[in-house]
Amino acid sequence: MDTESTYSGYSYYSGRSRGSHRHGERSRDRHKTRSKDSRSEKSVTINTPPAEPLLGDSAVRGEQVQDDNWGETTTAVTGTSEHSLSQEDIVRITKDLEDSVGLDCRRYFTLALAVILGLLVFLTPLAFLVLPHLLWPEKLQSCGTACEGLFISVAFKLLILLLAVWALFFRPRRAGLPRVFVFRALLAVLVLLFVVSYWLFYGVRILDSQDENYQGIVQYAVSLVDALLFIHYLAIVLLELRQLQPCFSVCVTRSTDGEIRHYNLGQLSIQRAALAILEHYYCDFPVSNPALLSASKSRAAKHLAGLKVYNVDGEFPEAPAEGPGNNAAAGLVHSQSRAMIAAAARRRDTSHNELYYEEAEHERRVRKRKARLVVAVEEAFTHIKRMQEEEQKKAPGDVMDPREAAQAIFPSMARALQKYLRTTKQQHCHSMESIQQHLAFCITNNMTPKAFLESYLTPGPTLQYSRDHWRARQWTLISEASVTSGLKDGSVFLLRCVDFSLVVTTKKIPYIQMSEEYIDPKSHKFVLRLQSETSV
Amino acid sequence: MSFVPGQPLTAVVQRIQIQKLRQGENLILGFSIGGGIDQDPGQNPFSDDKTDKGIYVTRITPGGPANAAGLRMGDKLMQVNGWDMTMVTHDQARKRLTKKNEDVVRLLVTRKSLEEAVKQSMGCFPRQ
Repeated sequence: MDTESTYSGYSYYSGRSRGSHRHGERSRDRHKTRSKDSRSEKSVTINTPPAEPLLGDSAVRGEQVQDDNWGETTTAVTGTSEHSLSQEDIVRITKDLEDSVGLDCRRYFTLALAVILGLLVFLTPLAFLVLPHLLWPEKLQSCGTACEGLFISVAFKLLILLLAVWALFFRPRRAGLPRVFVFRALLAVLVLLFVVSYWLFYGVRILDSQDENYQGIVQYAVSLVDALLFIHYLAIVLLELRQLQPCFSVCVTRSTDGEIRHYNLGQLSIQRAALAILEHYYCDFPVSNPALLSASKSRAAKHLAGLKVYNVDGEFPEAPAEGPGNNAAAGLVHSQSRAMIAAAARRRDTSHNELYYEEAEHERRVRKRKARLVVAVEEAFTHIKRMQEEEQKKAPGDVMDPREAAQAIFPSMARALQKYLRTTKQQHCHSMESIQQHLAFCITNNMTPKAFLESYLTPGPTLQYSRDHWRARQWTLISEASVTSGLKDGSVFLLRCVDFSLVVTTKKIPYIQMSEEYIDPKSHKFVLRLQSETSV
Repeated sequence: MSFVPGQPLTAVVQRIQIQKLRQGENLILGFSIGGGIDQDPGQNPFSDDKTDKGIYVTRITPGGPANAAGLRMGDKLMQVNGWDMTMVTHDQARKRLTKKNEDVVRLLVTRKSLEEAVKQSMGCFPRQ
């Protein structure tokens, strides 16, 4: 069964979170997760497009196949309008989520917990040292040299602990994960228990009995700080070091165009693995371009649109097709599907021919446009020249800064570039403003025309485009195993966003048994090959 | 039988025709060959010139077809059924001799004694 959890990856970028530093655990209350699920159901329901075959589910589910009014009664929505509708929905709901009180509450709650824990941890040793002076100053033995040396040690160890905690925990939040980060929670509990037990001991044995041996008390405080440093070491090992050694090879496939990448991950929980994979996604995968998929969709529609099955004689049994009892209806469905498959096989299918010629034609067109584009850009770049320092003093007239220079030469290449982008269906990824900016950037850095063109000839990784072209903002982790359980060999999970999903499969890196063999360097000896004799 | 690279090789050859004997499903000739351009010529006991990489007869099975046809140990094969044997690898030579669809092999072989015989006979009739 699927456990759906919402995972919003961009809380870091929203302005509010820029100042908040995380320290300690992230805890997610179960009931809040459930309320999030209801919201995610609203946003992420995409039905499969109606070009899916009539065979299989639709008839088995008991709908009346003969009903000619099916267009009005079924809830399937056509492809394009559905996308535009749900995208608006998504934008609205994303804004709602970012403004929502629930998300802030959770984040501030964990932040508050972390701050309290941190203060407790840092002030405890100081409290241990100061309280005897406040409560029973006259009974206290004076602090000798060894004791004062221990003060220095406490001070520096606390400073080191402070720096180490700042380095490990005070980093900007990368993401919001659906479930609590198990290791952090465990560490926080451990630290809390530890500090509480020290306080108990202190309270019973030192405060109650008003111990005069101040050196002993200082040593006690030093031992607390030492133990805290060791817990910090444990934190580093659990949180940072354990997942560095690669253990699994994951294969990430994008569902729309089949882009595949492989990554090596260590021992991580599924949600942390999903986070690592998404961070790689933005850097490695070329930007998702739905315009490139329309051709295959239209071909799929044509395959099935050509055949329709009508049953001209006999009624249908009205009983539901579910359940084993309805053999007649099931048999009817099977025969229909068989008839469709047979008819499709018999039909003289020339679609492969069309595909071949279409692709050849498209490639020819793209190459022609590219040639025109390259020539236009090279010619445009010859119109401007960088002015040297001496010339600048001599001729102050008609001097342009990079932006103006870009605007001056842009019109001569604009048309060729526009046509090329349209042919390769990339025109929505680049706005005129962005192109001019890029041109100014290239001119400033003395780039050649080829360098300027590279970003338009091949689709770059998603991160290089502006955020409204990403088509991948809100991610949902879908997994059959619990998302806080570790990765295992053969675990599969999905990362779904609005337009597409990433299918992730894991394979374990095998255990390698190596044996050694010693070769004596003096054993490298050679002889000429003997005459071989063959009998015929 | 030494050769000068680049110059045509002249040798006195004897024509020997051997009928292959059928033994089971194999056709055998009854001798063993050694040598070839991929072999080490220094180990050839039969050649005068130790850089000669030609194909030599190293063993003759007594009573076999080769023995009956007049092949002797130490002979150098020059041609087999018209195919040249002076510049072939060992395996190519073996293949030429063991073609399954040929019953008979016609060899051109040369040996030291042939040259001497010719010299002797020429010595009786000196050239003008």
